[in-house]
Amino acid sequence: MAEIRLKSLRHSYLPSPKAAEDYALKEINLAWDDGGAYALLGPSGCGKTTLLNIISGLLTPSEGRILFDDTDVTDLPPDQRNIAQVFQFPVIYDTMTVYDNLAFPLRNRGVDEAQVDARVREIAVMLELEDSLRTRASHLTPDSKQKISMGRGLVRDDVNVIMFDEPLTVIDPELKWKLRSKLKELHQKIAVTMIYVTHDQTEALTFADQVVVMQDGEIVQIGTPVELFERPQHTFVGHFIGSPGMNILPCEVAQNAAWFHGCNIPLEGPIKSKDGRTEIGVRPEFVIMDDNGCIPGTVRKAADIGRHAVVEVMVGNTQVSAITDGPVPERGDDVYLRFDPEQTRLYTDGWIATERALP
Amino acid sequence: MKTENQRGWLFVLPVLLLVAFNALIPLMTVVNYSVQETFGNNQFFWHGLGWFEDILRSERFHAALGRQLFFTFTILAIEIPLGVIIALAMPRKGFWVPVCLVLMALPMLIPWNVVGSMWNIFTLPEIGLLGYFLNDVLGVNYDMTQQPVAAWITIIVMDVWHWTSLVVLLAYAGLVSIPDAYYQAAKIDGASNWSVFRYIQLPKMKRVLTIAILLRFMDSFNIYTEPFTLTGGGPGNSTTLLSIDLVKIALGQFDLGPAAAMSLIYFAITLAVSWLFYTLMTKDEQ
Amino acid sequence: MALELRDVTKTLGAETHIYPTSLKFEAGGFNILLGATNAGKSTLIKLMAGLEKPTTGEVWVEGQNVTGVLPQKRQIALVHQFFVNYPHMTVFENIASPLRVQRMSRSDIETRVRAAADVLQLGPMLDRRPQELSGGQQQRCALARAIVKESKAIFLDEPLANLDYKLREELREQLPDILGERGTVVVYATSEPTEALLLGGKTALVHEGRVTQVGRTTEIYHMPTDLTSARVFSDPPINFAPVTKKGDEIWMGESITWPVAGDVAALPDGPFTVAIRPHHITPFKSDQASVEIHGPVKITELSGSESVAHFEINGEIWVSMSRGVFPFRVGEMCKFHMTPDDCFYFRPDGQLVAKGRRNG
Repeated sequence: MAEIRLKSLRHSYLPSPKAAEDYALKEINLAWDDGGAYALLGPSGCGKTTLLNIISGLLTPSEGRILFDDTDVTDLPPDQRNIAQVFQFPVIYDTMTVYDNLAFPLRNRGVDEAQVDARVREIAVMLELEDSLRTRASHLTPDSKQKISMGRGLVRDDVNVIMFDEPLTVIDPELKWKLRSKLKELHQKIAVTMIYVTHDQTEALTFADQVVVMQDGEIVQIGTPVELFERPQHTFVGHFIGSPGMNILPCEVAQNAAWFHGCNIPLEGPIKSKDGRTEIGVRPEFVIMDDNGCIPGTVRKAADIGRHAVVEVMVGNTQVSAITDGPVPERGDDVYLRFDPEQTRLYTDGWIATERALP
Repeated sequence: MKTENQRGWLFVLPVLLLVAFNALIPLMTVVNYSVQETFGNNQFFWHGLGWFEDILRSERFHAALGRQLFFTFTILAIEIPLGVIIALAMPRKGFWVPVCLVLMALPMLIPWNVVGSMWNIFTLPEIGLLGYFLNDVLGVNYDMTQQPVAAWITIIVMDVWHWTSLVVLLAYAGLVSIPDAYYQAAKIDGASNWSVFRYIQLPKMKRVLTIAILLRFMDSFNIYTEPFTLTGGGPGNSTTLLSIDLVKIALGQFDLGPAAAMSLIYFAITLAVSWLFYTLMTKDEQ
Repeated sequence: MALELRDVTKTLGAETHIYPTSLKFEAGGFNILLGATNAGKSTLIKLMAGLEKPTTGEVWVEGQNVTGVLPQKRQIALVHQFFVNYPHMTVFENIASPLRVQRMSRSDIETRVRAAADVLQLGPMLDRRPQELSGGQQQRCALARAIVKESKAIFLDEPLANLDYKLREELREQLPDILGERGTVVVYATSEPTEALLLGGKTALVHEGRVTQVGRTTEIYHMPTDLTSARVFSDPPINFAPVTKKGDEIWMGESITWPVAGDVAALPDGPFTVAIRPHHITPFKSDQASVEIHGPVKITELSGSESVAHFEINGEIWVSMSRGVFPFRVGEMCKFHMTPDDCFYFRPDGQLVAKGRRNG
């Protein structure tokens, strides 16, 4: 197990990259503690899989170094880095039994059979695969196959890090819950560093202690799920995390206050900068519909999704989403909105521009 | 609205007729000949299973069958591994892929009798490029019209040259369908090249290799044109394969009864071996 | 316009894919088939679309029996989970293809394709080929092909399953506008309960080849008629526990009990199964009548907006989900609250017999 550090990492798939657009990864600096649960989150093509493959050694970066503890592993092949990886589609050795699949990485490293047996059985119990050890792996369901892929990483006690590349893509929603919980449980049990790559914010936020949000080959924000949810540094993070994402509302700034459709919008604290495109960011969870609201709007759509209702309100031409536990309004209803000031922020040119007021 | 009807069968009818005319009816004619004796004049007499007994007991048949089996298993033993090795060595991506594929397909595009004649001329000691090279440059005494061993080697090399690419193309198709993740996982699991081949590539190629073996078995077991144009079955009877012998009996001696019985036995062997092989290979998939 | 399955079954050899099923879907709004993978949603769609022929039973469209009519004669459109487009054609040609088959005039094709492309925001991409588009755009192209011609029914078989999370959210948002009120029966298969709730309309729950419940989406969510339906229509999974009714009290295990109220009072004494959704189990007291339950926390998940704890109670693993940030610690005993009014009660055979007064 090891601390992982990425130093000035850049990568391009082109032979001689020049402009910034030529790079799939632009200047990544990161340090991950030993035993943590991390997620790389971003849309398709943001560079997260490239970054993952660079850490695992399947790709060599154009520039920069990768360090495991203090060892430079940049030029080491994957099998010498002591890492494990679980892929999007379960990779299993079809002709082998579940047992042989789990034993494979150990046997390749010349571990003696008695130790292999002990390790395989221990992991099989952990993954609840002990009843199917003698079954041919190709006969199992996708979620069990994915467990085998995980198991092949877990059997080795020398792994520095286990990486997951969108491992739940082919799994049913109900089983997704189970498998995700299993993963979480395993992490809490064996405390090996895990890196989880996904485009699905729910998976990233529920799995990781710390999430790295990426866009266009760059890191936009690193933070705990709560930090990312409550105080996104950039509107992209606000939009990308949360379901529905943060409302990003074009506004005017005058006399050190934000104005939206003629209403003064109280913010979390003083405005640091007001040059450039100004927008108010507020999560649907903190949009309140009641008679104290200042902003008039019309309900465009309301969906009761069980645990709460998602209401879309049109304020002029701008759509504002709100989440409410209260009575669900009807389409066409006129409502008044206000925002919880503590959770309302100003963004200029996409970046956060308010400071939190001291309590 | 019209409902689905049985009209589809009409479209299958021409195929049924075609199969009837070029397979079923000739087959029945052969069955008919195989149980009768003729003395010309279109006079036929019932002979029961007599011809079958004669054939199965005849040493000439045993010898031809032996040669046939030897030929088939030798070329399978060479072409299948060789084809897999070439497929493994071929590039999976980039500019050279289509070049390799076209090069591989070339031998298969040449008509069979041309292949036979080509190799015949190629290997003749006096005028053939290979024959001249072996005899006069390397000083090897090589003459396939005189030496049975040389004839055999030539036939086998010719078949390998002609048909290995079929195995290559099929195996290659199997290989390119393996997702990258498998290779990456194997790298991470620390698998050796041999393990990658044994546990990933070979299992994924199994289906296409089954088909390759079946095709090559049936084709080589029934092979006629190429060895006939190359050696004519000689020197002596040394390369007289079953099919060549069959034609000799049927057309050379005009023994229709024995020839018919022999073709039915021949047919039965091909069918039985193919069926047995296919069943064994696909058994554990259920 | 209406689409109807009448006592349809589908068997293949010894396997039964669909047990006797009758369903009626009408135009206007979404008709959702919700169930896990391999539950039979795709088979039902294939039967309705005519891609497969029912073993027994009939398919009716607009009061006509169309069982056995070929799909190409049924005026239907199908959008698949995988982005099915013709790779060698441009987006324009792809969208135009169903119209070309109908031998429509050139100018009509032009206007219609442009209109469909506008709805799906594909206007600037008409000259590109599908592989030059992003996944979301490819699926929009497939959707445009489905809406460009006039069809009696449009079938969507998990159309968003292969898209990125955010793209899925965006396209799902637009789907009602795209499919609109066009007098077409829209049948939409999904495996995600939340997606069904967001789309609204009418839902049929499918489980192992059977339709277990049909009704307005929110209604059946709030009132599952049996255990299976409650399980199918819940994400995260609904919590279950065996309970016993003894006189005026319900007992869960040895130590947890609450008084009967409403419908539950009328039940005979004996064993029942109680089910309660995760968001009705909270770490804070939300109601005067709430019952305290304790259990060791096994797993915690914090998504920023919601806190989830998996905890053990009477040997079962239950899930609590609440909005806000609650730092649970793994291994710690935690106190949770549940309100009996939020519970569903099922008979041993799985039928719903009573529920608390509040909406589930």
